[in-house]
Amino acid sequence: MTPNRNGTLTTPNPSATKPGLGILSKVPTHATDACCPVPPAGPTAKKTLSERKIFSHQSLMGEVSSAVGPVPRLSTRLTLRDRWGGLKVRLGLKRNQYAVDPGLYAVGQPDQQAPVLVTANYKLSLDALRSELTDLDAWILVLDTNGVNVWCAAGKGTFATDELVHRLTTTRLDQVVAHRRLVLPQLGASGVAGHAIRQRTGFRVIWGPVRASDLKAFLKNPKNPAPAMRRISFTLRERMILIPMEISAALKPGAWATGAVLVIALVVGMLGKGTLPSVVRLMLLGIVAGGLGIIGGAVLAPILLPWLPGKAFAVKGATIGLAVAGLGHLILYSPMAAGLATALALMTMATSSFLAMNFTGATPFTSPSGVEKEMRLALPAQVMTMGIGTVGWLVAVWTG
Amino acid sequence: MREMIYLPGVSTLTYDASRCNGCQTCTLVCPQGVFTMEGRQARIHNRDRCMECGACARNCEQNALTVQPGVGCAAYVIQTWIKGKDAACCGDIGCC
Repeated sequence: MTPNRNGTLTTPNPSATKPGLGILSKVPTHATDACCPVPPAGPTAKKTLSERKIFSHQSLMGEVSSAVGPVPRLSTRLTLRDRWGGLKVRLGLKRNQYAVDPGLYAVGQPDQQAPVLVTANYKLSLDALRSELTDLDAWILVLDTNGVNVWCAAGKGTFATDELVHRLTTTRLDQVVAHRRLVLPQLGASGVAGHAIRQRTGFRVIWGPVRASDLKAFLKNPKNPAPAMRRISFTLRERMILIPMEISAALKPGAWATGAVLVIALVVGMLGKGTLPSVVRLMLLGIVAGGLGIIGGAVLAPILLPWLPGKAFAVKGATIGLAVAGLGHLILYSPMAAGLATALALMTMATSSFLAMNFTGATPFTSPSGVEKEMRLALPAQVMTMGIGTVGWLVAVWTG
Repeated sequence: MREMIYLPGVSTLTYDASRCNGCQTCTLVCPQGVFTMEGRQARIHNRDRCMECGACARNCEQNALTVQPGVGCAAYVIQTWIKGKDAACCGDIGCC
C-alpha cells in the first residue's frame, strides 16, 4: 500500500454517525427517503457483526448530500487500525472476512459532475483506492464481490456486468450524477463488458489504470494515459509483500504432512538400530530440510523470480531449492553420510519446487493453460523426488 | 527489470481479424500489452504474454476474440482435476 499524504482529519459529525451503528446502515444502497435513510434490505442486509466493525469512526468524515439522500464520506487517510487490519490480511489472518458494505460512498465534496470510481468490497481494495484520492472530489461505487479484490472477483464473475447494473440501480446513481461516465479499474475488464453496461444502463465505462496510485494522473488526462498505467507490474516490492501469505499458506498443510511424517519417523527410529538422541537428531534434520524448502520456494523464489533460470516455476523452485540445500550443507548441517545428505537435499528441492509452482497463483502473468501444462510434468516429478528423499532419510533414521 | 514471460505457445487466445472494427478496446483492457493497432485493425503483437484473463474477449463487441479464461494458479488447477472446473476455487489456499 502506498503511504498516503493526507492533511488533517476532521471529527465526524456526531449526529451523522451514531456510535455502534457505523456508517453501514446509512449507505443508500436501497430505496431511501431523502432525509430518513432506512437500513439496507435484501442481499446487503445479511451483515455479520465483524463486517460492520471494519470501518473505524476515524475513517468516516460525516456525509455528503446527494439527490438521493446522504452518502457516507470516507477519509482518504488510512488509520492505524486500517493499516493493522491490512497487515493481518497480508499475513494470511482473517483474509476472508475483510468485506465492506457495497453501495455508494464519497471522498471530498463531490457534486453532480464528479467522477465515479468503481471498486470491489474488499476492504484492502477500497483502502488502496481511497488513500490515493487525497484532495479529490469523487463518488466511489463499491460492488458486492463477497469481499474479494477486483482482479480475482472479475475472474470469478462477481465483479461483473450484472452486479454493476444492479448496483447502479440500487444506488440510483443516475440521479446522483449528471454525467454518464464510470471509471473502472482496468483489471475489472475480465468480468465487466463495457459495451453491455452502455447498452443496459446508458453509462459509459472508462477503463482506468491498473494501479490506484495512477488514478490521479489518469483523471487529469483520461484520453491519453501513459502506457505503463495499462500494464500489470510485478516489482520486487509487489512480490515481497506476498511472501508472508505464501509462508502462511505453506505452513498449514505443511504442518500436517510434517506431523504425519515425524510420527512415522519416530516409529521407524524406535524399531531401528539407532539410539534415541541420534534418532531425534535425524528427525530434526528432516524438519530443517523441509524448512529450507519453504525458505527456497516461498521466500527466495518470489524475490529472485525474474532471475531464476527456466520459465516453469517448478524449475525455478527446484533450482533455488538445490542452492539452499547446498548452503545448508555448507554452513548449517554437520558432516554426514553422502546418502543422507542427498536425501535431505531432495526433500528441500521437492518442497521448494512445489511451493514455487504454487506461487503461480499470486503472479499476474501466468496463464491457466501454462500452469496446467507445467503441473502435468512437474507434480509427478515433485512427488517422486519427495518420495525418494523421504525414504532415504527414513533409512538413515532406521540405521541411526 | 527483466520482462517476465511464462511458458510459450500455450495460450488459448484466438482472433478473427475479419470481425475487428478497430474500436481499440482490446488494447485498452489487456494488462499484458498483447495487442497493438495496425492501421484500423487490432493485431496480436505478443501472444506469449497472454495470461488468459479473458478481458479482451469479454469486451470485444464484435466477438472477434475468444479465450478460455481461468486462473493461472497451481492450487486452482489441482482443484479442477479433483472437483471439476466449476467447483474449483483457489481463494483459500493462498493464490489470487
